[in-house]
Amino acid sequence: MGFEVLWKGKNLIRLLGGLGVAMKISLISVVISLTLGILLGMLMTLKQPLANAFMRVYLEFIRIMPQMVLLFLVFFGVTKISGWNLSSEASSIIVFSLWGTAEMADLVRGCFFSIPAIQYESSKALGLNRLQTYVYVIIPQIARRLVPLSINLITRMIKTTSLVMMIGIVEVLKTGQQIIEANRKTSPNAAFGVFAAIFILYFLACYPIGRLAGYLEKRWEN
Amino acid sequence: MDFEIIRSYVPLFAKAFILTVKIGWAGILLSVLIGIICGFILYFKIPGLSLLVRCYVELFRNTPLLVQLFFLYYGLPSVGLSISAQICGVLGLGLLGGSYMTESFRSGLSAVPVIQTESGFALGMTKPQLFWHIILPQAVSVSVPAVLANMIFLLKETSVFSAISLMDLMFTAKDLIGLYYNTTESLFLLVCFYAVMLLPVSLLGSVIEKKLHYV
Repeated sequence: MGFEVLWKGKNLIRLLGGLGVAMKISLISVVISLTLGILLGMLMTLKQPLANAFMRVYLEFIRIMPQMVLLFLVFFGVTKISGWNLSSEASSIIVFSLWGTAEMADLVRGCFFSIPAIQYESSKALGLNRLQTYVYVIIPQIARRLVPLSINLITRMIKTTSLVMMIGIVEVLKTGQQIIEANRKTSPNAAFGVFAAIFILYFLACYPIGRLAGYLEKRWEN
Repeated sequence: MDFEIIRSYVPLFAKAFILTVKIGWAGILLSVLIGIICGFILYFKIPGLSLLVRCYVELFRNTPLLVQLFFLYYGLPSVGLSISAQICGVLGLGLLGGSYMTESFRSGLSAVPVIQTESGFALGMTKPQLFWHIILPQAVSVSVPAVLANMIFLLKETSVFSAISLMDLMFTAKDLIGLYYNTTESLFLLVCFYAVMLLPVSLLGSVIEKKLHYV
């Protein structure tokens, strides 16, 4: 079935290395997105008309365009307009951070507005000041809703980074193609084994994270 | 930006647009079909099949479409199962979408409170009557927003089809950039055509969601 190619030489290690390249890009983007997303999400709750208008345009544009189009815009477009020579790694990190930040900001905003007004009123009635209300009442509730959602966002970002092969980064799919080409003579049906292995590798990377999100969501329900 | 160039590129993009939309909506149709069938299987807890459906859903929800397409298009032929690129695109999108749609339909069905079933039985309804007239209408209205969100997600996912050498919008853009270096014009048209494809569905989604809120 072509699985024997995986055990030849360092092929499996190379494949895992390719997955590592994709994971590195997603990890960097996740860290940037979560930080900036929380900040921008908080900015959106302040109800500043100018900031809100700007955020709406940014969010809508980023979320309506496929990530592949955004990759092209940055990778080809920015280079063309500004003359910077952006590497494909840098462009993909920029794109996934822009996208992840938009998604995260929207999650933060959604969680913030899902807290009913009675929570603020009750806090006031109990004599808590503004800071105390946020620290002891509002933020803990937001965090419980936000954490499972942002873990889900992380799995989405990991899955999306598979696109980077389309702008020439040698990640797991590209490495797989190289292995198949190199072993064309000795094992002609290597494609099945290699791509099935990549399929399973991605599943193994995302499934546990998704399960964790589901578990936390159930546990923190109300 | 040269509008003369843009005008000459429009027919090329239009052709790619039609192909993308065709494969996109065929895939979405397939995914809704798969979603309805699998959603029912999970809701009625049909022994054996339920486990199979759950495995399928988890497997396809946790892998990227690009990897699924590579497996279908490059992996399967090496064990003797050759599929054309277009069918592959529809099948890939349908299988990916099916796993998301299954979740939406299942959660819609299980969102109908038990008291509805009990009241139906108390009124002397038979099981099929209960299902068609009480449960299904409520379940559908619950799952519509999620289904529409899935549709937008799937239409966006069509952008990876160029990886299996389908001449879609991305393929055309990349081709034109490579051939003539008219990067700005190609990217501008790419964004415009995707906006035309996605904005109506997105607007429809927000309108329907608002309507459902007040029902």
